[in-house]
Amino acid sequence: MNSPGSRPASPPPADPAPVPGAGATLTAGPVGKPPAGRTDTDPLSRLRRLADLRNLSLVGVLAVLIAVGGFTKPDEFLSTDNLQLVLTQASVIGVVTVGVTFVITSGGIDLSVGAIVALASVWATTVATQDYGLGGILLCAVLVGLGCGLVNGVLIAYGGMVPFIATLAMLASARGLALHISDGKTQVVTVNQVLDLGLPDAYVLGIPPLVMIFAAVTVVGWLVFNRTTFGRRTVAIGGNAEAARLAGIDVRRQRLLLYLLSGLCCGVAAFMLVVLTGSGQNTNGNLYELDAIAAAIIGGTLLSGGRGTITGSVLGVLVFTTITNLFALNNLQSDVQQIAKGAIIVAAVLVQKGRSTP
Amino acid sequence: MAPAPPDPRPLLTMSAITKSFPGVRALDGVDLDVAAGEVHCLLGQNGAGKSTLIKVVAGAHQPDSGEIRWRGEPVTLKSPIAAMRLGIATIYQELDLVEGLSVAENVFLGHEMATGGFVRSRAARTATAALLARLGHPEIDPGRLVGDLSAAGQQIVSMARALSHDVRLIVMDEPSAALDPDEVDNLFRIVGDLTAAGVSVVYISHRLEEIRRIGDRVTVLKDGRAAARGLPARTTPTREIVALMTGRDVEYAFPRRSTAPSVASATPVLRLENLGRAGEFEPIDLEVAPGEIVGLAGLVGSGRSEILETVYGARRPTSGRVLVDGRPLRPGSVTAAVRAGLGLAPEERKAQALLMLESVTRNVSVSSLTRFSRAGWVDRGAERAAARRCVRDLSLHPDDPERPVRTLSGGNQQKAVLARWLLRGCRVLLLDEPTRGVDVGARAELYAVIRRLADDGMAVLLVSSELPEVLGLADRVLVLREGRVVHTAPARELDEHRVLDLVMEGSPS
Repeated sequence: MNSPGSRPASPPPADPAPVPGAGATLTAGPVGKPPAGRTDTDPLSRLRRLADLRNLSLVGVLAVLIAVGGFTKPDEFLSTDNLQLVLTQASVIGVVTVGVTFVITSGGIDLSVGAIVALASVWATTVATQDYGLGGILLCAVLVGLGCGLVNGVLIAYGGMVPFIATLAMLASARGLALHISDGKTQVVTVNQVLDLGLPDAYVLGIPPLVMIFAAVTVVGWLVFNRTTFGRRTVAIGGNAEAARLAGIDVRRQRLLLYLLSGLCCGVAAFMLVVLTGSGQNTNGNLYELDAIAAAIIGGTLLSGGRGTITGSVLGVLVFTTITNLFALNNLQSDVQQIAKGAIIVAAVLVQKGRSTP
Repeated sequence: MAPAPPDPRPLLTMSAITKSFPGVRALDGVDLDVAAGEVHCLLGQNGAGKSTLIKVVAGAHQPDSGEIRWRGEPVTLKSPIAAMRLGIATIYQELDLVEGLSVAENVFLGHEMATGGFVRSRAARTATAALLARLGHPEIDPGRLVGDLSAAGQQIVSMARALSHDVRLIVMDEPSAALDPDEVDNLFRIVGDLTAAGVSVVYISHRLEEIRRIGDRVTVLKDGRAAARGLPARTTPTREIVALMTGRDVEYAFPRRSTAPSVASATPVLRLENLGRAGEFEPIDLEVAPGEIVGLAGLVGSGRSEILETVYGARRPTSGRVLVDGRPLRPGSVTAAVRAGLGLAPEERKAQALLMLESVTRNVSVSSLTRFSRAGWVDRGAERAAARRCVRDLSLHPDDPERPVRTLSGGNQQKAVLARWLLRGCRVLLLDEPTRGVDVGARAELYAVIRRLADDGMAVLLVSSELPEVLGLADRVLVLREGRVVHTAPARELDEHRVLDLVMEGSPS
């Protein structure tokens, strides 16, 4: 391995056997060293990793839901149209949830996501913005999201505010600003390029563009979470912020970046919502914060931080969206739906609690 | 060594109490007996097992084994309520008061005076006022919010709460820590009144002079065992007590010091210039060369850990600066310190160093992530290989870097922290109580590891409450007293007695 950093020590390269010279002071070494060739392909650690896939139970829940749908409404539920609908509905909240998962894993919380989506969708659909066409709308939504995330991040990371309070304040002000800009009116999109993205003609191999955006955000989110230093640091500061700080991680900078990321996801989601509804309005994204947090939690992300999973969050979103769809198809009222959601949250958290208790 | 207690039937007798937590054995067969009406002092370094022991007495921890007798009868203290019912009250160091409730509400919290579910506030206030008067503080208004009181006032409220039960034994965990001298006098008067009424007090303190004033007998804890039981508090020589707290029962094989002539003449890698923090330690000048281990010796409160944390940037100095390779560090920035090649193994390993949910590998690599990444992308193969190499290099056991770090013993958790800095290529290692919470048997191995890291070119700054550890491991020792360096000498020119004299000079003996 050619690592750029140099170590002061000159340990025996490649040779795992104890070198007499260096090992002389280490007489009290462990007894019975296992063979050197032990890697993570060994069955034990593999099993552990598999057990870490707590998402398995969510996949099971999803399978049951699909089976229920298949039995009760075989023609409608499994139709291409309906599947496209379910996935499209999951896309907007799904993108928001990916960002929120990062924030929660870091030990924070973002209550302002729904309000940011509303503000970004309104700002991006003003007459002035629409003059710049598709690019202008997308750029505006993303910039508004990043701007709100920046304010959140600065207040929390450098202002020392509690995330709950800072983002609660953002929730209130962003919704207020959205109302102010739109004057409570629905702003209809007149840019055809944007509207076309929501039409079946834009589907590629039957996949709506919004679903593709969701898929892309999920994949990128998963990679960032699991494969980058950014993801590692997120988990580290959520697990033990003091230890992370003393290990040399710039905790404040990381926190700022996390809320920026959440804001970015909101901006993208706002654009998707504009495409989906062909409009922007200040009531958009209502209660997204609760849906996103709930999805992340049932997916297996710890509300106290230190552990999170993008896959779990996305499965959580799919479970919730599928339930909504099933209930609608079976003409059940939304009150029953809400109760079912609550029950699922409780059940999922209890299952995780049982598992994580040592 | 200890004289038999005069009372044939002690109030509380604990025998062979053991209590383990994951990775460490906090109590390893402790005996304690408390006679009726005595002040029994409990002494020991941080981590000696005092807190665990008093939590067992309070019913907050269940012992793994051992017997507890209360007035001769075997009992189990299965909850804090069970202990309270027997008449055991505990005043914790971190006061456990609800700041948003009034004094009277706090005093009767959990056993409110009530009729049919309705709290009789006036009766509670009257009773509280009587208790406060008995404690010599009639001026505290029972209706005031506890959050508005000073630390001393809150302490009185805690005491009133203890007395609101029919109490026979009060455990006080460092009650004087937050008090000024006048308030301490009042505290002692209260303790005197209590014992005169037949109540026993278990008194925990670091301050020997207090124990002289109010203590009857002393039990010294060390490494989860009673190093001495029931010593007479007033007549046992200070030196003997301190030696019991800091000494070793076992002789350790310390690794041989480096004999390379280069060490003494090498260019110092770490330099402290006039580094000070007002109120914590006076300005200090120090140079540490690669391959050298410098030890800071002193009692709790002498400023040892504060110096380390200031060097590391975790505290901002009020004077002077830290230089690494002649370049000054940005003050108060851990990130800058780590970038310059400093590494800290902090005192509270679990709270300050480890990511308990994570594997050994991730704990080791967390400070070197950029080494294994391009454009933020972590090369996990390289990461694992490097972590594995460090883990092998330090003989970390078990030899599986994918294990969760929380399943490791204290000694191996410490090795994981050292491996982090070894991997980082750190050049100055700051060790704060490196063998705290490490089983006695595993310490020699850590000593060998630390010495070898030094031999490989690291500069080491070591803080320890264990004098033999500092003297055995360090090349050079700085003796601290009350935030001031009072002596500097090569370790081989010092012995425990000499250091004890220096540490205690001027304090009553």
